[in-house]
Amino acid sequence: MDANHLINTLFPQGAEIDFDGEFFTGTGQVGDKIVAVLGTQGGVYIGVELAHRMAGIVLDTVRNHPGRPILLLVDTKGQRPSRRDELLGINGYMAHLAKCLDLARRQGHRTIGLVWSQAVSGGFLASSLLADECYALPDAEVRVMNLPAMSRVTKIPLERLEALSLDNPVFAPGVENYRRMGAIRDFWQGDLAACLATALDSPTGPDRRRAHGLEREGRLMAYKVAERVRHDPV
Amino acid sequence: MSSYYEASARERLLGLLDEGSFQEILPPSARISSPHLRQLDTPAAFDDGIIVGKGLLDGKPVLAAAQEGGFMGGAVGEVHGAKLTGLLERALDEKPAAVLLLVESGGVRLHEANAGLIAVSEIMRAILAVRAAGIPVFVLDGGQFGCFGGMGIASRLCDAVVMSEEGRLGLSGPEVIETTMGVEEFDSRDRALVWRTLGGKHRYLLGEAAGIVPDAIAAFRDAAIGLLRQAQAPDLSLAAMQAEHRRLANRLERFGQCRDAIDIWRSLGIEEPAGLPLLEIPEFVARTQDRRA
Repeated sequence: MDANHLINTLFPQGAEIDFDGEFFTGTGQVGDKIVAVLGTQGGVYIGVELAHRMAGIVLDTVRNHPGRPILLLVDTKGQRPSRRDELLGINGYMAHLAKCLDLARRQGHRTIGLVWSQAVSGGFLASSLLADECYALPDAEVRVMNLPAMSRVTKIPLERLEALSLDNPVFAPGVENYRRMGAIRDFWQGDLAACLATALDSPTGPDRRRAHGLEREGRLMAYKVAERVRHDPV
Repeated sequence: MSSYYEASARERLLGLLDEGSFQEILPPSARISSPHLRQLDTPAAFDDGIIVGKGLLDGKPVLAAAQEGGFMGGAVGEVHGAKLTGLLERALDEKPAAVLLLVESGGVRLHEANAGLIAVSEIMRAILAVRAAGIPVFVLDGGQFGCFGGMGIASRLCDAVVMSEEGRLGLSGPEVIETTMGVEEFDSRDRALVWRTLGGKHRYLLGEAAGIVPDAIAAFRDAAIGLLRQAQAPDLSLAAMQAEHRRLANRLERFGQCRDAIDIWRSLGIEEPAGLPLLEIPEFVARTQDRRA
C-alpha cells in the first residue's frame, strides 16, 4: 500500500495532505473531528532535519489547534546512521521529537501511531512508540537492526541469527511479536476508517504495555519486575 | 582520585551517594535475571546489568540507577529495562529530590531485541512522567561503553546530562555506522575521530551536555550535588519546547555544513580548536567559556 492509498482508505470523508518527497503532513476528517496527520513514506531514514521538522509540526498543532488528535503514519528504516548526524547530536533531535509528542499528550491531544509499512529502532522509539497507542497493519514490518550489524555487535554468527529470526519471538522481527509483547495495541484490518474512528474514541490512560505483554504471554517478566521495583519495601 | 571510567556500576553508585546511604532494590540475591539469554547460551547476571535503589545525596533523598557496562555493554533487555522503569515510577510515589541515572549502555540488547526496544520506550515514557510530576532526572555519563541507542535518546529526555570526556553520547555507535554504511562513512577504529565526535567535550560545546567533569567519581558527585542544589521544577511547557526547537534549528543552520567537530569548534570562535582534545578539563572549560553553542 502506498501513502496516498492509505490516506484515502483512512479518511473516506476527505483529507488534505501535502507531500514533500518522503515527508507528508496535513489533516483528515473523521466524523466531526479533524485529525492532524504526520508521516513519512519510502522507508525513509530519520536524520536530524526530518526529526526536527516532525517536531515542528507537532508544536504547531499544539499551539494552533489545541486538543486536535495527531495520527503518526511514520514509515522508517530507523535513524540515519551517519557521522554527520551523530556529529550534530541526532539523539538530541530524536529526544526533542519525543518530548514534543509527550507535550501534545499532556495537553490533551490524542496521539495514535500506525505502523503501516516499516518501523525500525530509533525512528520508531521517537515517534509511534511514544504515542498513546500504536497500532499496525498486519503486513507491516518492525525490527531493531539489520542482521549483519547485529552479528557484529553481538559477536553471534550471522547464520545463527538468521535461524533465530525465524521463530524466536523476542528476537525475530514482526508485528505479531510486538503485539504479543504489548507494544502494538492491535491490528487494523478491513475497514481502516472504522478502526481509526474506534481508536480515537477509546479511553486513554497510563502506559499499559507491560500489562498487555503479560496478558498476551509475549513478555512475562517486565510487568512483575517493574511492579516489584516500584513497590518493594527497602 | 578514583576513576569513574574504570569503576564498576556499584563502585560508582556507592562513591556518588552519601556514604552508607545506598539501599538496593531487587539486589542480586533476589536472583532476577533475563529469561532470554540462556536460550542463546549466553551467561546471565543476577542483576541483569543494572543496580537500582535509593539513597541520599548531599543529605537529600534520591532514587538512583547504575548500568553495568561490564555485563553486555549495559544493554537494555526486558528485565534490565523493567528495573529502570519501575525505579522511575517509584519516584512518582516517593517524590525524591531527584532521580540519578548513571548510564552506560550500548542501547537495546540485541539478544532480546524486541523486548529491549519496547523496554526503552517504557523508560522514555517513565522519564517524562517523572519530570511532568515535578521531579528532576539527571544523567551521569562517563563509562567505558558510553551511552548509545535508545539510551542516548532517553538521556536527552532528562533535565541535564553531565559527562566526562571519556563518556560518549550518541545514537548509532561507530561500529554500527561502519557496518551499515561502510568504513569511509565512519572508521570505528579511529579513536581520535570517535572521541571528538561523540565524547564529552564536543557534547558540552554543542549544548547536549550541561556539564563536563574530569574522570573521577568525586568529580561526578560534586557535579550531581551542584545540579541538585540548583534544581528547578522541570519545564515541559510549550514555550520550553519552542525554545528548544529554535536552539536545534540554530544548530542545523550554524553547523549543518561542518564536516568535523573541529570545524564546529572553529566556527564557535574557539582559538586553536585542534588542540582541545589535549586539554585537561579545567583548562578546557576556561578556554571555551562563553563559546558554547
